[in-house]
Amino acid sequence: MQLTRRVRMLFGGMTGLVLAFLYLPLAIIVVLSFNTVSSLSWPPKGFTFRWWRAAFHSAGARDALIVSLKTATGATLVAIVLGLLAALAVHRFAFFGRESLNLMIVLPIALPGIVTGIALNAAFRQAGVEFGLLTLIVAHATFCIVVLYNNLLARFRRLSPNLEEASADLGAHTFQTFRYVTFPLLRTALLAGGLLAFGLSFDEIVVTTFTAGAGLETLPIWIFRNLSRGEQQPIVTVVATAVMLMSVIPVWVAQRLTSDDGPLTGGTR
Amino acid sequence: MTATTLPSSPGQSASRWLHRHPRARLISLIGAPAAWMLVLYVGSLASLFLTSLYRLNDAGSGIDKVIGAQNYRTLIDKSVYLDIAARTIKIAVLVTLLDIVLALPIAFFIAKIVGARWRRLLVAAVLVPLWASYLVKAFSWRAIIGSPGGVLDKTFGASPNYGEAGLIIVLAYLWLPYMIVPIYSGLERLPDSLLDASSDLGAHFGFTFRKVVLPLLFPSIVAGSVFTFSLSLGDYIAVDLVGGKTQVIGSVVYDNFSADLPFAAAFAVVPVIVMVAYILGIRRTGALENL
Repeated sequence: MQLTRRVRMLFGGMTGLVLAFLYLPLAIIVVLSFNTVSSLSWPPKGFTFRWWRAAFHSAGARDALIVSLKTATGATLVAIVLGLLAALAVHRFAFFGRESLNLMIVLPIALPGIVTGIALNAAFRQAGVEFGLLTLIVAHATFCIVVLYNNLLARFRRLSPNLEEASADLGAHTFQTFRYVTFPLLRTALLAGGLLAFGLSFDEIVVTTFTAGAGLETLPIWIFRNLSRGEQQPIVTVVATAVMLMSVIPVWVAQRLTSDDGPLTGGTR
Repeated sequence: MTATTLPSSPGQSASRWLHRHPRARLISLIGAPAAWMLVLYVGSLASLFLTSLYRLNDAGSGIDKVIGAQNYRTLIDKSVYLDIAARTIKIAVLVTLLDIVLALPIAFFIAKIVGARWRRLLVAAVLVPLWASYLVKAFSWRAIIGSPGGVLDKTFGASPNYGEAGLIIVLAYLWLPYMIVPIYSGLERLPDSLLDASSDLGAHFGFTFRKVVLPLLFPSIVAGSVFTFSLSLGDYIAVDLVGGKTQVIGSVVYDNFSADLPFAAAFAVVPVIVMVAYILGIRRTGALENL
């Protein structure tokens, strides 16, 4: 596309500014995780690995991390199954209530978290269900479904229907076609959507506050509790830095997966 | 030659049966997700609305399950709640506009200007902050805009301090990636040939951007706005950390949750109405496909 150098540099400059805006607060956190003083003050007074060592030994952080991982994994798996079923149904059939179903699936992520949290809290209490890992997974799965659903629908729309027809013509039955043709074509969308859903669940705090119950602590809840306590603040910055660094890998992987779609999709792109 | 039927595997028999009963195919697919969403989500929303119609027991010992619109009457009569609702909506709108302005150049740069290798890197660079904890980011901003002693204060000598302006900046920061992603996807789908054609016909870049790119991007922009709007309407944590004395819908709901659940529920219904109206309104723009 013919763009003048000036336009390119203008956009490049703006991009640089926005990226700086995005990363400055994060950089401050990383720097503060090595600070010798224990409060979130600026500028940093010195350099130390003390907090990194403490975070490594912190049982509270470790337990919270495990709970978060369990919740996110459970929620993502449920969301994958339900999102796949819903996307298949919506893509292949025109049925009464399709619009409403679409709206229903989108609602959990469109409505503010506090609404979802309070609604689920009241509903669980009325049903007499005890708060715990199960209620947490159920709550998280509810807003994760839409991520998988949208990713899969977008992928379905790009796929050519000829592939499944060809498979049937060659004698495969429905389940064989799904296993050998449809599912491999969906794999990267499932992975990318799954990673996004995992990330959403991992960092979620509002709905979690209302549905985890008193005893269960996810990582965000642990962070929230400890950010208010002065002496624990640096450990929190360490945990945040660690999560950020660890997340670079799945983000990169998901990126490679979704942008490498080529002639294999059978679409007309 | 006599016709012999080969024995069919259970998969084949099931497949044959399903082929003859399309409605069963549909129900087997849609049953589980629909049941989940209806019972769990719509059901709990209905229960929330029902709770908003109850009221606190006069003796202060619990909730009277008596239907009445008293909570809503309080909301409308006491002007402070109307002010809070209006302020929250105003904040959400400003945050959304700010995010749109920030997201457009970077999304365009990544989607249309850079080559494939840089593109992957930059998209990953935009997504990584999403994985940084929301709480930690909010706390970091607390250290940045606080005055005296914050980062801005120490570096520039001036700082917005905790308050509505600071809150808008922080909320815009927090939701920015959620605006960049849909706009980027929309730009990816925009064929380069359209932009070439526009410049072939004599338009300079600004004109092309305004008259070709933006109208085609409209659904993606609206899709992004759904996130920023809804996230801003319900937020109470960032408000508490950097908003100073600012009161928004989220703060009122959270404060009243344990003490007066029916009232909190009633106020929580307000953002629901706003968002549902917004979503129904944007359906025609095709934005919902781009979420």
